[in-house]
Amino acid sequence: MRRVAPIAGACALFALSAILGAAPAAAQPPSGIVRPTTEPPKPTLELGAQLFAGNCASCHGIAGSGITKPRPGAGNLTGEGPPLRGVGALAPDFYLRSGYMPLGNPYEQPEANRVLLTDKEIRSLVSYVASLGAGPGIPHPKPSHGDISEGQELFTSTCAGCHQLEGRGGFVTGARVPPLQNLPAKRIAEAVRIGPYLMPKFSKSQISDSQLNSIIRYVQSTNAPDNRGGWSIGNLGPIPEGLVVWWIAIPLILFFCLLVARRRRSQ
Amino acid sequence: MKLGHWIVAALAFLFGRRQKHNAEEVAEELADDGGRGPEDRDPETGRLVPPGSPDRAAENVVLLLLVLAMLAGAGFIVVYAMYKAPVLPNELLGICMGVALVSIGAALTIVGKRLVVTEELEEDYPTADPEEQAKIVETVRDSGSRFTRKRLLLTAGAGAGGALGLAALTPVLSLGPIWDTAPLERTPWYRGRRIVDDKGRPIAAADIEQKTFYDGFAEGWSKEDLSSLLIIIRLDPSELHLPAGRSGWAPRGILAYSKICTHAGCAIELYRKPTFPTVEPEPAFVCPCHYSTFNPADGAQVIFGPAGRPLPQLPVMIDGAGNLRSAGNFSARVGPSWWGVRFRPSTEHE
Amino acid sequence: MAVRDPLADPVRFIDERTAAAPLLRKSLRYLFPDHWSFLLGEVALYCFVVLIATGTYLALFYDPSNAHTVYHGAYAPLDGRPMSGAYYSVLNLSLSTQAGLLMRQTHHWAADVFIAAMVVHLMRVFFTGAFRKPRELTWLIGLGLLTISLLEGYLGYSLIDDLLSGIGLAIGYGVGLSIPIIGGPVIQGIFGAPFPGKTEFFSRMYIMHVFILPALLATLIAVHLALIALRHHTQFKESKRTTQKRIVGAPMFPAQMPRSLGLMFLVAGLLFLLGGLVQINPIWQWGPFEPWLSENGAQPDWYLGWLIGALRLMPSFDVTVGNYTLIPNPFWGGVVFPGFVFTLLGAFPWIERKLSGDRRVHNLADRPRDAPNRTAFGVMLLSWVFLIFMFGAADRILVLWGLSYNIQLNLFRVGIWLVPGILFFVTRRWCMALQAADRLEHTREQAEERMRERMRAPATRS
Repeated sequence: MRRVAPIAGACALFALSAILGAAPAAAQPPSGIVRPTTEPPKPTLELGAQLFAGNCASCHGIAGSGITKPRPGAGNLTGEGPPLRGVGALAPDFYLRSGYMPLGNPYEQPEANRVLLTDKEIRSLVSYVASLGAGPGIPHPKPSHGDISEGQELFTSTCAGCHQLEGRGGFVTGARVPPLQNLPAKRIAEAVRIGPYLMPKFSKSQISDSQLNSIIRYVQSTNAPDNRGGWSIGNLGPIPEGLVVWWIAIPLILFFCLLVARRRRSQ
Repeated sequence: MKLGHWIVAALAFLFGRRQKHNAEEVAEELADDGGRGPEDRDPETGRLVPPGSPDRAAENVVLLLLVLAMLAGAGFIVVYAMYKAPVLPNELLGICMGVALVSIGAALTIVGKRLVVTEELEEDYPTADPEEQAKIVETVRDSGSRFTRKRLLLTAGAGAGGALGLAALTPVLSLGPIWDTAPLERTPWYRGRRIVDDKGRPIAAADIEQKTFYDGFAEGWSKEDLSSLLIIIRLDPSELHLPAGRSGWAPRGILAYSKICTHAGCAIELYRKPTFPTVEPEPAFVCPCHYSTFNPADGAQVIFGPAGRPLPQLPVMIDGAGNLRSAGNFSARVGPSWWGVRFRPSTEHE
Repeated sequence: MAVRDPLADPVRFIDERTAAAPLLRKSLRYLFPDHWSFLLGEVALYCFVVLIATGTYLALFYDPSNAHTVYHGAYAPLDGRPMSGAYYSVLNLSLSTQAGLLMRQTHHWAADVFIAAMVVHLMRVFFTGAFRKPRELTWLIGLGLLTISLLEGYLGYSLIDDLLSGIGLAIGYGVGLSIPIIGGPVIQGIFGAPFPGKTEFFSRMYIMHVFILPALLATLIAVHLALIALRHHTQFKESKRTTQKRIVGAPMFPAQMPRSLGLMFLVAGLLFLLGGLVQINPIWQWGPFEPWLSENGAQPDWYLGWLIGALRLMPSFDVTVGNYTLIPNPFWGGVVFPGFVFTLLGAFPWIERKLSGDRRVHNLADRPRDAPNRTAFGVMLLSWVFLIFMFGAADRILVLWGLSYNIQLNLFRVGIWLVPGILFFVTRRWCMALQAADRLEHTREQAEERMRERMRAPATRS
């Protein structure tokens, strides 16, 4: 019914992957991080302010006031970005430690990139942004207190629509949904409370802290799900199964047929 | 054009060689034209199946493979007996069974290729037989000589058979309420019915926040009924531009839509809410099956994907206790459409 | 008579009671032409054998009930969850029954490989023109087998009632409803009530999956094989001896039987190795289905992937009149598309007869290059279906490689028409070039042969 030229298809896919493999990394700022010439040995508010002015203010405005319309003439404020007053320590900690920020192009989806800032710099920036206005702090989830069954249920009804049942990511109109493997508990909790990019924002009245613990426990269990039955082929369901059929089973079967059929004249 | 021609020719050259015949082989085959048929005896030995030389090496391999199959089969039993279910290693069981089967398969293949005589015989293809056909026709035709009103009898026979066939099929109608599609249109919603969460608790309007989504169900109704399922969100009332006639359907910006996609019936479980309006201006519902996308601000019109009509909207009201209730029925039929279903009301409010 | 012969005695016993010796002898010496591609249908048959064997085992544990009970079993992440009896029983079969998971996985792999083998077999028959007179009925029955198998496979994974299969059923419900005029009644008849259906619905699926459809498949397979046996296989033109009138091959016994049996064991072994070593449909990870739940990127098994691709590719529109819907959107991708492909394939022997004017009996199979128009048409049809199939995985391609879904959507909406069209002409050209290469090769061989004779000639004279 299908499959006209499997080899050509594979080649095309590999070529595509080679071209596109580097795509997410391109979201990083091209010029790298602007740093003060001498950094203090410990995280300070002042260092945070300097880093903010050098790396964030072009989109988030002076002192985090936000830019809703780009004004190319005024200073260097060419980007567009939300105001950061009142986001507290929660948002900067998430966006910086996940590598979502700094973002090279405000029109691109932030992706989990290599983190370009040191821990000290991140702490400085977080304390600086938190000082701009009262806001939520960094959550301290305890996934070990969570109930995995409750977590599975909540994840299915609130998260799986975008993130897939085993947290393998997916597609939502206009964006790519990241997979959730190998994330620290804090990052998951922060994302749930913030709702980065297109993700909904879940408050404590909708998902309590103890429910959040359960969700995180379930999400972390997907790093190594119960994979009884052999090679898990990605925990994605039918697509890799189809690949196994057409790339492993059918070639082997063709080999069997060749093996069995080729005849030697007797004697 | 010329280049394409050369590429095709080069490919043809590369792949074209595989099927070539050895001229000598063809000549050899020409020599024994009109070879032995499957029922004939071998002309040299007079046997039905000619003899072949023994092959002890192949026999040894077959023996080895059969022993391997025996061991693997025994291994399966041992693995099955040694482990209990939760830790029973599926891989080991599969390897034992698979190896046993593959070994037997390999042994049989070697028997087929090395140990039995492979004759190359030939015979005529079977052909159609006009004489036999004529005899069948004649037999049937001649058998009907005593009938005087053939056509009438045949018609009556067809009628009897048809009626009996239809009668036999009639009980199939009991399978569903087949002609009555009313159940597809039924919903639990009427003005005043409470909207509850998945645990059956009433939903306070004050708890509904912006930038997130909630599941809603009809109170005291089966959660499995598609028409009971709601997705509830809250938008800034200033952002709403609902279709005419739906004023008051979204008090304090609270919107309730059917959770079932109008395309193929999956549950809408994605609410994309842009953090910052520059990048993606519209909040939207997305169905995760075929990615139909609906804009809740304007009555869930389709903005992407294959769905053909908006999600039905449920008018919402807030009761004295501050809880959500429905203020009437859906704006259209719930779930995937079917022939002749009304997809929008002729007047608002049915 | 007194001597007991372990071979002659049973033969005499049977013949004295059946008088079937002439028939048996004829069957033993039935001729099989030699080509690996003639074994593909056999592979499908052996998958069917494995399906029956493993499926019977599964049926001993399965409970076709959609009544909800609370799970307390081996799998902690689902502890305390309400779920249907069907899902409960398959969880227990997979996680707490000795060898249950092996049987279930082997059954599922066998189903996937069964249909894949049928598709490869269909391609072989199509591209070699083996469907031509006198084998059109065999071809039609083969297509029927494929259609029924698609339905059988769909029912098989739908019976489990995990979240993934429930989504699949919901889509099936939507597609069924979309059929003009009869959609509503037919779906009401099958489900008994609006989705997810009456309690009887699971019993209905179950009897279809384990009895009605397998019995139909077995019957049609028997007819398919009988038709082949009556008319014999096609064969390739391998030498002067293979002609339209004479078949050349090895007899069923002794040459073919060990090979075919060997192939059966090899295929069964492969399926059990897959069932043991490669996970398929880990249903415990998907959780129970409820109509208000779904997940991102839900996919059907591979053989229905072409339909999800078609459903996703369709632009947004319903055929409406006034305030009424006439033809809902899923009808095009879910019914018209597969219906068109199968109708076209079914009618193809007659279409080709009409176009080529060739009404003769064909016992010799074409090499694909020798029928450039048919080969090009086949490649065109296949590539069309294949591209639509590929689009069904566009969301995963996005996740893996970041290629925007919208870009893919636009590429495919053009590509599914453009690429098959181009491939038609390229294939035709290629076939003709291959034919030319064959002629060249033939001429070269003749010339070499003449040269050799000329070289030999003076030597003999001296």
